[in-house]
Amino acid sequence: MPDSEVVFRVSRYRPESGGRPTFQEYRIPYRSDMVVLDGLNYIKDHLDPTLTFRWSCRMGICGSCGADVNGRPRLTCGTYIRDMRKGAVTVEPLSNFPILKDLVVDFDDFLDKLASVRPYIVRKDWGDLSKEYIQYPEDVDAYRQQSLCINCMLCYAACPVFGASPEFVGPAASALALRYIRDTRDEGGAERLARLNTKTGIWECTFVGECSVVCPKEVDPAAAIQTLKFLATTRHMRRLLMPGSASR
Amino acid sequence: MERTAFDLVIVGGGAAGLRAGIAAAESDPDLSIALVSKVYPMRSHTVSAEGGTAAVLRDYDSFELHALDTIKGSDFLADQDAVEFFVAHCPQEIIRLEHWGCPWSRDEDGRVSQRAFGGMSVKRTVYAADKVGFHILHTLFQTSMKYEQIHRFDESFVTSLILDGGACTGVVAMNLRAGTMAALQGKATILATGGCGRVYEFTTNGFIKTGDGMALAYRAGVALKDMEMVQFHPTCLPGTGILITEAARGEGGVLVNKEGERYMQRYLPGKMELGPRDILSRAMIQEIKAGRAFEGTYGPYLGLDLRHLGEKRINERIPMVRELAEKYMGLDPVHELIPVRPGQHYIMGGVSTGLKGETTLPGLYAVGETACVSINGANRLGSNSLSECLVFGAACGLAAAEFAKKRPSYPRGATAREALRKEEARVFDGLLGRERGKETVAGIRVEMQQLMERDVGIFREESALADACGMLAKLRDRFGAVGLADKDRVFNTELTAVLELDFMLDVAATIAHSARNRHESRGAHSRTDFPQRDDANFLKHTLAFRTDGAPRIDYLPVKITKWQPAERKY
Repeated sequence: MPDSEVVFRVSRYRPESGGRPTFQEYRIPYRSDMVVLDGLNYIKDHLDPTLTFRWSCRMGICGSCGADVNGRPRLTCGTYIRDMRKGAVTVEPLSNFPILKDLVVDFDDFLDKLASVRPYIVRKDWGDLSKEYIQYPEDVDAYRQQSLCINCMLCYAACPVFGASPEFVGPAASALALRYIRDTRDEGGAERLARLNTKTGIWECTFVGECSVVCPKEVDPAAAIQTLKFLATTRHMRRLLMPGSASR
Repeated sequence: MERTAFDLVIVGGGAAGLRAGIAAAESDPDLSIALVSKVYPMRSHTVSAEGGTAAVLRDYDSFELHALDTIKGSDFLADQDAVEFFVAHCPQEIIRLEHWGCPWSRDEDGRVSQRAFGGMSVKRTVYAADKVGFHILHTLFQTSMKYEQIHRFDESFVTSLILDGGACTGVVAMNLRAGTMAALQGKATILATGGCGRVYEFTTNGFIKTGDGMALAYRAGVALKDMEMVQFHPTCLPGTGILITEAARGEGGVLVNKEGERYMQRYLPGKMELGPRDILSRAMIQEIKAGRAFEGTYGPYLGLDLRHLGEKRINERIPMVRELAEKYMGLDPVHELIPVRPGQHYIMGGVSTGLKGETTLPGLYAVGETACVSINGANRLGSNSLSECLVFGAACGLAAAEFAKKRPSYPRGATAREALRKEEARVFDGLLGRERGKETVAGIRVEMQQLMERDVGIFREESALADACGMLAKLRDRFGAVGLADKDRVFNTELTAVLELDFMLDVAATIAHSARNRHESRGAHSRTDFPQRDDANFLKHTLAFRTDGAPRIDYLPVKITKWQPAERKY
């Protein structure tokens, strides 16, 4: 039985009708164990089938259901209505991305940026394909944190630098670059640092740190970017002092 | 203009589809590959797999033993030639993933770690903490970015297959963002769309698991095999259906009833909590019926006790279990029991294929949960499904690439244009044009899900199955009256929900009819009116074919190589 009602204010944008995003209000029955995504699904199934949003796993791992909830980027499947301040729950599309429809935004730009940092193991010699490479638990620990990124894009929505300069490679792509640089199996560090050591790379970051605050997986992209800056600098210094020793 | 003719069209961007694409791309750099997914590939449901993936990697283990465990787990319905192929290829797939950067958990000596899992007689399950599917998916997706010949069509929903002269020559897909349809021609087509858990009400499956690939093949005349074999996972969170991995028990967790008793001693003393999923799920229902379950907001449940493992081991081995329990149940498994009940998790059945994913329709392949090779028979062992996606994904990608290379020219454009015109008329003029009336997509979906849950669940019997078959036919009729409120073409998720429900109604009917016709109990298919396994009459695969009415049911012998069916004792 519902305890009471809650009001959802949801941003609506219909490209085929033109105009600017507007808010629409819905009243939905409230239970204390409801997450924001449950509310959106209640609207979709019972009140307004035209409301458009993405979701799938509803367990915080697929990264589909990010939205701005009461002004902050969050995964709607992991955000309890009971934790919101009293009154309305306001749901808007993630900031800084082109809106396709209602809460659905376009992430294609991120996938291009991700590809640009070579998010895969780079090696010249793959060795014996039938044998595992030895990696000690501490080797895995060195990159585990960055490998937990689910590409939910909350960090881009929170990043004022990305908002002002959309060409900025951004938090998640940088963290994933560091994930591969730190992997003992990889030899592509130099190319990745060269990509990141550009005008659209890590130097754009002014260490606001909002990306790490909103990250639902504690990837800490802000720290990753600072580490990359350090690596890029030491590599640059080494090249100045010892020409011909650019790699790793 | 965007390219629309490819050597290979792959539908689905999860583990199976990506592994197939990479195998094909590696085999020949000149091959053009379309990867069509209704979501961004990293959203695919592989991401939710938790506990691990099986392979023989240690001296204490053998292919023989992995095969026997799998066949016994399948209640002897698996095809043994497929199982032998499978177990022999698992190790190299684990190593490939390792070379591609998958963060497998490691032993102190730097080798890939292995843990215990249900129905596996030794520690055989490779893991990356308890986010194994997530890491496999992201490793494969990111690795796929190396290959320029893989052309992604993200957020494109395939509505039908193109058929030409008795062969499959590609797909018609709706580009969700553009709100347009396109014919993507392929010399070969692979279906890798995952399972169909959303035909049930209480499932661990994500919202996107609607059996699309199964229905696409079925509509093209290909049989769906063993669809009655539906797996219910014993440990799901009440209310949401969120999965608590079997690794929790592999690492030493135990199940208790409200009397604090480890009730599995009553059902399976030899294996206790590490028995196969079908047996554990049935035991839970029996405990509930006996009144020994806890009662909660979402009905009866049992307790998963991890407290004796201690905080350190929980954090190290199964951190996501703690994260999920804290976030979605508001409790800490270090100090409290986790409430669990069985829920739909996987389907052993699927598109009937051979060892390389080939179907009876030339040019059409299927792989992963979409397919039924079959290595899982009547009950899949935990941690065999990710390995299945990898082993058969690679084999299927190579076979489809070979098939495509033998075809010198691209399929005829006229057929594709005609297929496209037909789909535009059916979907945009037909479905999208329907005005809203009494029937809604959400209404019929919920009725179907509740019906499947009630009548085609863990325990089954004739009158309920007959009722389900009849009700599903009625729902199919009523579906014809579903109208749409959203008339936009761009990102119309009401329209995709209608198309998905259309697919699910087909798939649900094959499950119910296949179950009704199997008059025995085997693996996950448990008939209270036929409680025994009946090898004399049912040591065979069910095949469901589409007709204008109810599915036509036929059978296919099981391939036995060297393990004669015996009583399944643990």
